[in-house]
Amino acid sequence: MSETHIRLPEGSIEKTTTTLNLGPTHPATHGVMQNILELDGERIVSTEQTIGYIHRAFEKIAERRPLYQITPLTDRLNYCSSPLNNMGWHLTCEKLLGVKTPKRVDYLRIIIMELARISDHLICNSIVGVDSGAYTGFLYVMQYRELIYEIYEEICGSRLTTNIGRIGGFERNFNDIAFQKIEKFLKEYPGVQREFENLFTRNRIFMERTIGAGPISAERALNYGFTGPNLRAAGVDYDVRTQNPYSSYEDFDFKVPVGTTGDCYDRFLVRNEEIWQSLSLVEQAYKKVKEFKGADAEVYHADVPEYYLPDKKDVYTKMEALIWHFKIIMGEIDMPVGEVYNSVEGANGEVGFYFVSDGGRTPYRLHFRRPCFIYYQAYEELTKGAMLSDAIIVMSSLNLIAGEMDA
Amino acid sequence: MKVTEYSEEKLRASSQYKLLVSQLKARGSELNTMSLTNDYIKQKLTEKFGDQVTGFEEPYGMLTFEAPKEMNLKVLNFLNDDPELKFRFLTDLCGVHYPDNKGRELATVYHLHNLEDNVRIRFKVFTDINKPDDYTATGLFSAANWMERETYDFYGINFVGHPNLKRILNVDEMDYFPMRKEYPLEDQSRIDKDDEMFGRGGSLGFGTEKTDHGTLIESDKKNVGEEIV
Repeated sequence: MSETHIRLPEGSIEKTTTTLNLGPTHPATHGVMQNILELDGERIVSTEQTIGYIHRAFEKIAERRPLYQITPLTDRLNYCSSPLNNMGWHLTCEKLLGVKTPKRVDYLRIIIMELARISDHLICNSIVGVDSGAYTGFLYVMQYRELIYEIYEEICGSRLTTNIGRIGGFERNFNDIAFQKIEKFLKEYPGVQREFENLFTRNRIFMERTIGAGPISAERALNYGFTGPNLRAAGVDYDVRTQNPYSSYEDFDFKVPVGTTGDCYDRFLVRNEEIWQSLSLVEQAYKKVKEFKGADAEVYHADVPEYYLPDKKDVYTKMEALIWHFKIIMGEIDMPVGEVYNSVEGANGEVGFYFVSDGGRTPYRLHFRRPCFIYYQAYEELTKGAMLSDAIIVMSSLNLIAGEMDA
Repeated sequence: MKVTEYSEEKLRASSQYKLLVSQLKARGSELNTMSLTNDYIKQKLTEKFGDQVTGFEEPYGMLTFEAPKEMNLKVLNFLNDDPELKFRFLTDLCGVHYPDNKGRELATVYHLHNLEDNVRIRFKVFTDINKPDDYTATGLFSAANWMERETYDFYGINFVGHPNLKRILNVDEMDYFPMRKEYPLEDQSRIDKDDEMFGRGGSLGFGTEKTDHGTLIESDKKNVGEEIV
């Protein structure tokens, strides 16, 4: 050791790597999570993830709540696409209770779910841009995500944590303004998406940053429990919408895009293509909804008096409606005994609900399968040997949502 | 790496999207005639393990069964390796606490998926709460790592052989397993908490009104456990 070196204490071993704490509240993590990176220069030797900073014990809270009070908890899992979680939860309850929804409800749900998927993928892809230094795309598409939020607002009154729908259907029928807004979105959005893709897909800098960053093979992705666009980018065509169709997805025609290498660029391309597919699904569903005429066009919920809140005007004038209203609000309805696992294709992958009922008024046990939580384990494998800047871009292209991870 | 050449090739490869719905529909119609039904899986399992696999049920169409806790890896391995069963995707792993099942209070529930034939099954292992040892499935599924940590964190199920079995969502200092049924959620109507932001006692003067038990502030100062429970 030359004299220019700092003298180390006797017997100590010189550490050749740097430890870097990325997070818990680092702007590049887009959520509260921590990565402890061990760096050799700018290369990542190992990473360790710490999560749980916004753990809110939803599974425990759900054990004390009647079904309709659990919907707002699901909002806060993946808060970029809450309607998808809401619908997943309603579908799980409906499966347990044996409720069959009318076709029109299914189609309306598909409109909402696919809009949510678009808004989630839009955030993810534009954030990949932000993390590679291209802020423009993000700012540009944000105003069009606003159109989607306006549609939610028209239907349920809220924007981000939507609490949309009920067991059996929706709380009210879609009004004309909602349909006009959907039409407006369908008309305006394709141009925006093309512009967004023009900005990124063949952008040389973007390609250099994302191609080969954080790749994963199909085999490893399956072993790690990947689902959704991240799995499809690795080349596996698994999509809950086609494998176990729910909410009448079998009536629709759409493609499942797949990538080959599972790197950031493939994930980006798969998400972009899924946006196009979702747009086409919204359009198809919209057409199908418009085919309902007369009394059929007034159907927006199934007939389940035990779980579907009656109309307010009936509550004030009819005895039976008043009784049901009271029983539902006070959570005084016993559920059937059973256990059910139901999953929907969330924006990040398979959002599953494992629901154990012992015949009481609240779930005996409710477990959320959160895709984020499961695939974030692979982060170390994805970033080992990569550069620090790749670590950031891998994180955003996996679309890590802290709320979904920590439940 | 020369970006231009590499990316051209990659772009072509990754933009080859496949039309899958029709294929999947075709596959679905084949499925009905195929032999991987719940009955067949049950038959395969009983052939292999005899009466050690028990409790066959089909709630809402999903085959559910259980095995002794020493057998969990053997069963998972068999389901994974068997050329016909091919349950190679671990969808979900979680714990459930049944305090009334003496000697088998804690359940570990595996949800497995055969992606090729699109069949799901549920597999349960029950353990004694005083000695909640299971074998880890991390050797089979990398995905099991965090899911087992989560199960340990909330239920205290000890996965023998797990490479890094420590708490994941709760703080490391926690010395109990919060999802067990002996920890009920707080009664929403309790009034003894010093929680000034929510108007329940505290220094701002909320809750100083006289009640039958003195003021709320006074009851704050007493031992909370004695006063309320």
